[in-house]
Amino acid sequence: MSAQAHAEGSTRTFLIVWFWLLALTGVEVFLGYKQLELKIMLTILMGLSIVKAALIIAYFMHLRYEKPSMAATLMPALVIVIVLMNIFLPDSLRLLHMRPH
Amino acid sequence: MASHDAINEGLHGAPASAWGGGVAPFATGSKKLGMWLFIMSDAITFAALLMAYCYVRVASPEWPKPFEFYPALVKATVMTFILLSSSVTMVMAVQASKGEKRGSTVKWILATMLGGLLFVIIHATEWVGLIGEGVRLFHNPWGEPLFGAAFFALTGLHMTHVFCGVIYLGVVATWFGKGKLSPEDVEVAGLYWHFVDLVWMFIFPLVYVLSIHQG
Repeated sequence: MSAQAHAEGSTRTFLIVWFWLLALTGVEVFLGYKQLELKIMLTILMGLSIVKAALIIAYFMHLRYEKPSMAATLMPALVIVIVLMNIFLPDSLRLLHMRPH
Repeated sequence: MASHDAINEGLHGAPASAWGGGVAPFATGSKKLGMWLFIMSDAITFAALLMAYCYVRVASPEWPKPFEFYPALVKATVMTFILLSSSVTMVMAVQASKGEKRGSTVKWILATMLGGLLFVIIHATEWVGLIGEGVRLFHNPWGEPLFGAAFFALTGLHMTHVFCGVIYLGVVATWFGKGKLSPEDVEVAGLYWHFVDLVWMFIFPLVYVLSIHQG
């Protein structure tokens, strides 16, 4: 039983992950009060969110303990679609500068 | 691990090679794989909405920043805490179900549902507050008219997911308590719940932190 618990993550592991997710949330709130440029802010916040998402997927959703082929099947499609959507994002800056003042 | 081997051995007891088109090449049940595929497509839906939000947000210099530290940000942080904690209770439920502890599985699922309900209630009070301040889909007192549409669409779709998740967990808890479901079903429900939690990890910084009122 203990060997299985070790292989699939123990309660202690999940609590450590939970703590880190809360800590990163705290960092985000702290950053919210820093007067940073929107582009930089967006990049940092998205970076932190991706770390949090990765923690949830790997530990809570157990993907780390599945066969590696499962992650290799699921994740690339998602990443490619999101990267493709991202192609439009720089256009928002063009729109911002084209606005009449 | 033992269950993986059992699945890998296939229907006829003969070891099946994954590359040879084994019965379960991912060594999981079909329900779990199905839920993962649903989650991937749902993730793309949310990604599209979040991307649209980021686009409008970056392109709008007059984006409203109505969220004060108290109550808006405190509420949103507490909601994050509740959702993250409900993910931990769901993990405990999955562990209990694998250990054949039916009673404790049901209790942990009920704790998760309680977290989800609290989240929806706090979120609903926030919606009512914002509507009371005059925020509409295409109109608000502060600036960029699309603020309301972006806020209500993103958080609304997420809240619907949480609400459906609570009902889903209720069904799973009831049927698992009666012995009609297997531990795998609890795990599959858990996957959905963690995904809903994951989406909030993107909505919280993008919708709330980027709209904090700077004194």
